[in-house]
Amino acid sequence: MMEIHVEGLCKAYGGRPVLTGLSAVFRPGITCVAAPSGTGKTTLLRLLLGLERPDGGIIRGAGCRWAAVFQEDRLLENLSAAGNLRFALGEVPGEAGELLARLGLDPSDSRPVRAWSGGMRRRLALARALLAPAEALALDEPFTGLDGENRARCVELIRERGGGRPVLLATHDLTGLEDAPVVCLGEK
Amino acid sequence: MAPKLRPWSVALWLLAWQGGSVALAAAYPHGGLLLASPVQAALRLLELLPSSAFWRAVGNSSLRIFGGFLLSCALALLLASLAAGRPWLRDLLGPPVAVVKAVPVASFIILALVWLDAEALSLFISALMVFPPVYLNVLEGLRQTDPKLLELARVYRIPFRRRVWGVYLPQVLPYFRSAASLALGLCWKAGAAAEVIGLPEGTIGERLYTAKVYYQTPDLFAWTAVILALSAVFERLFLAAVDGLAGKAGA
Repeated sequence: MMEIHVEGLCKAYGGRPVLTGLSAVFRPGITCVAAPSGTGKTTLLRLLLGLERPDGGIIRGAGCRWAAVFQEDRLLENLSAAGNLRFALGEVPGEAGELLARLGLDPSDSRPVRAWSGGMRRRLALARALLAPAEALALDEPFTGLDGENRARCVELIRERGGGRPVLLATHDLTGLEDAPVVCLGEK
Repeated sequence: MAPKLRPWSVALWLLAWQGGSVALAAAYPHGGLLLASPVQAALRLLELLPSSAFWRAVGNSSLRIFGGFLLSCALALLLASLAAGRPWLRDLLGPPVAVVKAVPVASFIILALVWLDAEALSLFISALMVFPPVYLNVLEGLRQTDPKLLELARVYRIPFRRRVWGVYLPQVLPYFRSAASLALGLCWKAGAAAEVIGLPEGTIGERLYTAKVYYQTPDLFAWTAVILALSAVFERLFLAAVDGLAGKAGA
């Protein structure tokens, strides 16, 4: 069973420490990374994704295939939903239509995503991560801009599709995720 | 942005040109030689059109000048792609690019005449004029590539070819398009000048030179109109191809 271990993880920017000796184990299923803004949630995910190097500490098991929802949507603005999925995944998976529909998106919408609302774009970014053939998911505030109903749909789908793999979900709001283990950062 | 050519404005200037030519012809015994009228130039062009020598000259010049443009674009794209991630290569290419940008084209033409055959001159000069704007613009386009999309591509392990189509091309093509538009005008101007100096046989430049030697000002204007037309046609065709590529890449 795949697990990701971090031990004594440290990271600072310009002399300002953001992570100071964090140790945690991320097992299959959702683990919430909860913290106020600016206290290292995004930094932790970036370190695990290999986008930055830690100043100290050890990360084990994170060299796997990841999919992510970043702080920003990171979509190709001039492409449709299908074009964005094709870019990231190489093809539009057969299950994409059903998943998009469950997220309240129209799978046949061929408009470029620049014409979409913030909430729709966020859900598409989540769909892209959930459809990717990844061994672990890093979701950085995936519910930004979503109303209660859409948030609940997203939580349900993350639970369904994240079961067998570690899902790191950085959020400041644990509504609907009360049963998930929580790693707290930067408690002030 | 290029000023829009209004038909009334063009007609007014053609009338002024016609008036100037008529006035010079009336004022001096050989005044008509100094400035051929637009009607004379158009009639001369109509005479030239059916001749095989005309089309041979058009073909030879187009092949060399547009060939130089294409070769230079390919080299500029390659070197800009390599230099984007290699500061040492950017630094290495900096001085020659600055020199080519700053030195008058006539100096290069004369120097190239020492090195090359007259036939290769316009190709070389055209390529030389095209390289700096295309290289510098493409480099700038690559520099502006969204690092967040590159991170996304890295995390999702998106293959290089798809990265090029999805991230780099949409970013670089607008820069390349604007440089190509500028460079196409430059390469025709510089290429024709090179032919006038190098006199390769059966080219537009040679015909321009002959027109100058024999005071054939209608020929001079007719051939100049041909250069303008060729430059415009090649620019439209090339930019349409770039736009087609941009549409496919989602730029």
